[in-house]
Amino acid sequence: MIKVEFLGPIQKDAIELEATTLQEVANALQSDDVAAEWLKSCAVAVNDTLVATLETPLKDGDKVSLLPPVCGG
Amino acid sequence: MSLNALELHDGALRVNEILAKWYDEESLSNYGAYISFIGTVRSEDGIDGLSFDIYEPILNSWFSNWQEKAKEMGAVVKMAHSRGDVLLHESSYIAAVFSPKRRIALEMIDEFVEDFKASAPIWKYDMKDGKRLYAQDRSTAINGAGLLAAQHKD
Repeated sequence: MIKVEFLGPIQKDAIELEATTLQEVANALQSDDVAAEWLKSCAVAVNDTLVATLETPLKDGDKVSLLPPVCGG
Repeated sequence: MSLNALELHDGALRVNEILAKWYDEESLSNYGAYISFIGTVRSEDGIDGLSFDIYEPILNSWFSNWQEKAKEMGAVVKMAHSRGDVLLHESSYIAAVFSPKRRIALEMIDEFVEDFKASAPIWKYDMKDGKRLYAQDRSTAINGAGLLAAQHKD
């Protein structure tokens, strides 16, 4: 299982999924009503490192984080 | 790498104390320039203040990269930010660069603050009428956003 967490203003509790790549996480979240709205604007981190490809492999216990648009300061 | 170069505080920043502390920390480091940027919450659109969420693991790695970049230029960056609520006319953000000569610090403070705005994992909310409202229209998608919106591949 991997854990998906939704940061900042996304009103959704973390979920656990069976997935071996980010593509599988994408497929699962695209059919989730709350998460789907945020996917276009969110950056993605795996184990707290930002990633740039859906081919990123995942293993048991990994953490995937969705980071919506930011505005510090 | 300075362990206290990134400070997160609950509520408003105590600007005088932080600037003075940073000055004291580097007063004997032989830097010729100390450039600071202080962000203050302004009264506009009827807000009572701003509120912030921070994701610390990625903020820490983002800041570490900047410390390395500054070090290569012979400079030091420092930053303080608020968590939670900050009222009107209080400060939520301070950034500073120390460098041997002014030009590096002047240019780096600009680049650092702009990259902070575009990349640091911090979310801002307007406090208005007792509500905490995500400042979506003033927020910037992080570089590479939208990865998970890609269509299914068979």
